[in-house]
Amino acid sequence: MHVPDGFFDAPTSIATGLIAAGAVGVSLQRANRELRETGPALAGLTAAFVFAVQMVNFPVGAGTSGHLLGGALAAALVGPWTAVLVMSTVLLVQGLLFADGGLTALGTNITLMGVITVIVGYFVTRALLQALPKRVGSVVPATTIGALVSVPVAALAFTGLYAVGGAVEIPIGKLATAMVGWHILVGLGEAVITAAVLSAVVATRPDLVYAARHLQKDLVLVDADGNTSTVAPDRPIAPKPAGRSLGVGVAFTFLIAGVISLFASAHPDGLEFVGAKLGFESAAKDSAVASSPLADYGVSGIGNTQVSGALAGIIGVLVTIAVGLAIAKLASIRSAARTE
Amino acid sequence: MSGPSIQVERLVFAYPDGRQALFGVDFTVEPGERVALLGPNGAGKTTVVLHLNGILGSVTGGTGSGRIRIGGTDLHREHLAEIRRKVGLVFQDPDDQLFMPTVRDDVAFGPANLGLRGSELDDRVFEALSEVGMQDHADIAPHHLSFGQRRRVAVATVLAMRPEVLVLDEPSSNLDPASRRELADILSGLDVTLLMITHDLPYALQLCERSLLIDDGRIVADGKTRDLLADPDLLSAHRLELPYGFDPLSVSGPER
Amino acid sequence: MTASAGDGLLVAVDSRIHRLPAQVKIVALFLFVLAVVATPAAVVWAFALYAVLLVGCVVLAKLPPATVMRRMAVETPFIVFALLLPFVATGPQIEVLGLSVSESGVFGAWNVLAKGTLGVVAAIVLSATTAPRELLAGLERLRLPSTLIAILSFMVRYLSVVSDDLHRMRIARESRGYTGGRAGHLKAVAAGVGALFVRSFERGERVHLAMQARGYTGRMPQLTHSGATRNQWLEGLAISLTAFAIAVAARVVGL
Repeated sequence: MHVPDGFFDAPTSIATGLIAAGAVGVSLQRANRELRETGPALAGLTAAFVFAVQMVNFPVGAGTSGHLLGGALAAALVGPWTAVLVMSTVLLVQGLLFADGGLTALGTNITLMGVITVIVGYFVTRALLQALPKRVGSVVPATTIGALVSVPVAALAFTGLYAVGGAVEIPIGKLATAMVGWHILVGLGEAVITAAVLSAVVATRPDLVYAARHLQKDLVLVDADGNTSTVAPDRPIAPKPAGRSLGVGVAFTFLIAGVISLFASAHPDGLEFVGAKLGFESAAKDSAVASSPLADYGVSGIGNTQVSGALAGIIGVLVTIAVGLAIAKLASIRSAARTE
Repeated sequence: MSGPSIQVERLVFAYPDGRQALFGVDFTVEPGERVALLGPNGAGKTTVVLHLNGILGSVTGGTGSGRIRIGGTDLHREHLAEIRRKVGLVFQDPDDQLFMPTVRDDVAFGPANLGLRGSELDDRVFEALSEVGMQDHADIAPHHLSFGQRRRVAVATVLAMRPEVLVLDEPSSNLDPASRRELADILSGLDVTLLMITHDLPYALQLCERSLLIDDGRIVADGKTRDLLADPDLLSAHRLELPYGFDPLSVSGPER
Repeated sequence: MTASAGDGLLVAVDSRIHRLPAQVKIVALFLFVLAVVATPAAVVWAFALYAVLLVGCVVLAKLPPATVMRRMAVETPFIVFALLLPFVATGPQIEVLGLSVSESGVFGAWNVLAKGTLGVVAAIVLSATTAPRELLAGLERLRLPSTLIAILSFMVRYLSVVSDDLHRMRIARESRGYTGGRAGHLKAVAAGVGALFVRSFERGERVHLAMQARGYTGRMPQLTHSGATRNQWLEGLAISLTAFAIAVAARVVGL
């Protein structure tokens, strides 16, 4: 999913660039504590790990293969803020050193693969951890589902961006179906690897899993005279209460939903697709026949679609920038309030 | 320096994953002494060593108890920077120790943290690299060096901080015989208190007059290296073995 | 890309481009790509000029063409996407080689291919002429936040170590007679990756301990780097400025 240069138009690239910069800025601020305790080396090693693992391909089907994105996994292991930094670092190195993903598309790539996968993955993980039994092992299924969900959501976001700022008109419904369908398969692979990594970590070093730190058991200590005592484990960077992550998740879902509804309203195909999914096939049938691609995109229709598409694009860009900046602002106010 | 170089009393520690590694460790090392820390895998050797400059242990929020004094100074949070300068720690895997892009940057890391800058820093780096014979490799990336060279640079990174106590974790592991001897020459020429973890018993005999034997998180023997190595029952009880044909009574050691 | 991941990318020859400070090259690359992206796809001659500029860079940097071609393979997924565009895009249809394809799709494919390829080649020129350490120093010089620089430098430093671990584990798996069916493959990969993370993470902990042991208190020392002179900036940006002139000309003159 590494987007090259020139794939999206300039406003989309700039908007996603701003979102990415905002997300990285906020993460830098919020990860400060995590990084002070564990050191930048740990984040760097996690980045090297994600990078190395992204080079391992697994078969998806039809003779093709996918690879791990790792956002949900990184979020569960090192915490969401550090994970955003880790993923951004990986993408920066891929863009600068390996020409994988365009430089002007860096913001888009960070937004899609570094921010959306992390936030969606972590949000789902935390939500499921609330429901599952309160023990460290629960983090395995929770994150696995988080990983499974995060990949198609990122693909959906990609489709949304394409609807707003894609270079060529293609039926967005078809694109969404293809992208999401394909990435559900990739997500399955992602889920399997995520599950394996987390079970290995939970089996050998449960204390390493950030998302499950608050579920750790107390330690038993035997002193020099043979006396036994129980001590709470040292957990400097346990996750915040669920309320906040819930809030961030909701805000983010709004953001994505906003973008997608925008493209859906600008592109009848998208609406049809959503309608079909929701079971309104019969109601939509007539219009579906009437709006075969040729009918929809007749010569007179093109101008209209382009104008409305561009309008939707501009509005979408403004909304995303506004939301991105609002989140950044909110976070900086909060952290400023805390440091005082 | 007042008091012993290293003084450890009733040291207890459990790792955050719940595994308890130390069950009450006591020992003392006097200034200028060279001591080998022997013991089977998993005995707690590395854990003890990581306590000596406050990386592990209750001083940094870990789970444990006990008391450590370095050169007469109690290991306390407010003395941490001072203690970390006094105790130089060389890790077992040089890849863990050499994390900067070039040898020069890496050796400069410690002294720069001590506040050295400019030509003073450059001199310190050159001096430390010269001590281990690596002064011509300053601009090379660490992973382009041979393993033996990396181990020597790792020693230099610590020497650059001018420690009073040098602590090495298995310095001879994975070295070819020539590199092993070169490192021994370097180490025996240094004017510091030395504590060295090793499985390499002839190396312990060559470099250290005294040895501590640790097993299951406790010190089980403390004495002259030659005496310890000449006690086959003690060695076999703690899974230590001399190399084939090696007789500790027939070779010369550091005691003269 | 195993043992030498990262700095194996540098083509170690001496050239004018190799000698330029990294920060100049990064800015030049970014501006060049920006100019390319801002050029309307229909102005074909502009892209031809960009290509000439890039080929000039490759020659000036003494890069073997075969190496450049090989590294362009990262673009493959989007070439596939671009080749599909003419068939899935909507709008007026045109006949090409007896096939009915979408006109805007053909243009879109050209747009993606031309801009993507130019961007990839430009980035390859940067990575082939700049050692990773220089790149880090350049980014630091360009005021990237120090925390990011720290994470980046640890990542670059340990990339080869982690990749080597991965490589050794694969050899160990295959030397024990593992051949791999589809499901078995995924399972084996997954298990290996789990072990790899624990290894990487524990190394991260040890590196942090080693840093603390040498007095690290949360601030990384600055990398030693040299500033760029005005001439170096001019030299490095010459190509980007030319590209910008082409982009402006393409906008004004059009076809």
